[in-house]
Amino acid sequence: MAGSAALASATGRSRGGGRRGRVRGGLRYLGVTPFLVYVAIWLFWPTAIVVVGAFRSDSGRLTLANVSTLVHNATILNAFKASIELSLATALAGAVAGGLLAWAVATGNPRGVLRRVVVAASGVLAQFGGVMLTFAFLATYGYTGLLTLAAAHFFGLDPYSSATWIYTLFGLGIVYTFFQIPLMVLIFLPALDNLQPQWQEASANLGGGSWAYWRYVAGPILAPSFISALLLLFVSAFSAYATAAALLSQGDPIVPLQIRTFISSEVMVGQANMGKALALGMVVVVAVVMTIYALLQRSSKWRVQ
Amino acid sequence: MTARASSIGRRSLLRNVLRWVIFVVVGGYLLIPLVAMLEFSTRETPTAMAWKRTALGWKGIADNPSVMSAIVLSLELAALTVVVMLFLLAPTMVWVHLRVPKMRRVIEFISLLPLTIPAIVIVVGLAPVYSRLMPVIGQSPLVLTFIYVVLVLPYAYRSIDASLRSIDIETLAQAARGLGASWLQVFLRIVVPSIRAGLLSAAVLSIALVLGEFTISSLLVYDTLQVIVNQVGQDNAQVAVAVSLAALLFGFVLLFIVSTVGAGRRRAARATAIEAGLEEGDLYE
Repeated sequence: MAGSAALASATGRSRGGGRRGRVRGGLRYLGVTPFLVYVAIWLFWPTAIVVVGAFRSDSGRLTLANVSTLVHNATILNAFKASIELSLATALAGAVAGGLLAWAVATGNPRGVLRRVVVAASGVLAQFGGVMLTFAFLATYGYTGLLTLAAAHFFGLDPYSSATWIYTLFGLGIVYTFFQIPLMVLIFLPALDNLQPQWQEASANLGGGSWAYWRYVAGPILAPSFISALLLLFVSAFSAYATAAALLSQGDPIVPLQIRTFISSEVMVGQANMGKALALGMVVVVAVVMTIYALLQRSSKWRVQ
Repeated sequence: MTARASSIGRRSLLRNVLRWVIFVVVGGYLLIPLVAMLEFSTRETPTAMAWKRTALGWKGIADNPSVMSAIVLSLELAALTVVVMLFLLAPTMVWVHLRVPKMRRVIEFISLLPLTIPAIVIVVGLAPVYSRLMPVIGQSPLVLTFIYVVLVLPYAYRSIDASLRSIDIETLAQAARGLGASWLQVFLRIVVPSIRAGLLSAAVLSIALVLGEFTISSLLVYDTLQVIVNQVGQDNAQVAVAVSLAALLFGFVLLFIVSTVGAGRRRAARATAIEAGLEEGDLYE
């Protein structure tokens, strides 16, 4: 009783008090300013420098030269192509393998230790950084790695000729799967958890087998989440830098490594802002993918309701 | 009836076999590299395999001053990032939730933005910002905290948001206000204890991210853990692999502890839900 009376008086207080209420109404927005100022300095400012810089010449004049180089230079175009192909391939591999692993986890005990171990391990592998994954890769497949030496021991393969692939784009792709698969587990597990057992029962009661259930019930329900996850994996591979930087110290076959070259070495005349143009190119690719992602999220919302 | 039961039995057997095949194949694919790290870091001669083991690689961690100072620096950065993130983001989110719901979408959009702007892009625009602000913030490596807070924003936002959504914070706050509590009291004594789990997982994810960060610190030439590990790896791979494995295990333990805490809370919520007759579907398992 006392509680509800207090509640009533509280609502009364906030509704009443005309002028004072209006002033406080405006002041409420002040509470958000520290956050907005912070992101303005540390997120919007650097991003703006990249975007504006991409359209400036060495002397600061407005120019389209950088962007024109971006779309005409063969080396840069090849790097974008390689980056996109690498991201697509590892996103697909990660989505399939990670999706299966997520299914294996989701069909188990939701409170079991196994699930918690897989989820925690996925969190570490997916978000803990590419340098360490590169070392894990080299300790396994490198010239003196565990599997390379084991292959030499058991099958007589020469380590120096059987491990030449590690410093190629394919090798880089293998390292990427070390974070793509766990990332898929983290993203896709909630979607699988949402599948209600009653749907399978209903499908079985109507005479449907496993195939019919996956083809007509679970498949269509999961498809949007799967494609969304695929897009997020693409972005994560496309943005990745550490793995490639640690594995490939020379040569720059993908865009992030080209950016490294532009910002960490002496640049040629007329190319002071090329790094920014490349960065802008990356932002554009990611923006396109994320737009598709957002549209997909919106169109699949009815399923949730 | 029995025919159908046996077909269901066969199907679930098949499902279990499939599950374990997936665990062994995909799990093995991810686990073998970790085993290989342990094997590699304890070899007597780095270029050949033998049964004899040594702990020299692991001892090398403590003997290497640059590794030790990098570990200290990264832990300091992780701690500072967590503090700044909590003080900046948590009050803002709660305030928006309670007082300016109109701003909710804006804050969400901004907080998730760093996911779509690659770190390699931010670092390109960051050097001018740092050099401009140098007179104010100084040039200690700890200034990386500022940008790390932005990097962890999406993950921290999601954790805290999930917690805020799971409780009826408006009613709790209103009740407390009605009983004469100030906004500060509402925040510290009502909201913070109820979103503890979200704050904890936001903190842990931030720590993991900062300890693993390489892109920005290496390009701005600060000697954080990952930068030094990468450098040490060029001439003493065993020490680098040992540090990497240690860091991965540390991260795993952190996340596992959080999941245990989270599971405890979920179980409590579940018990309530089950009492209320909900979630029958989930009981099926």
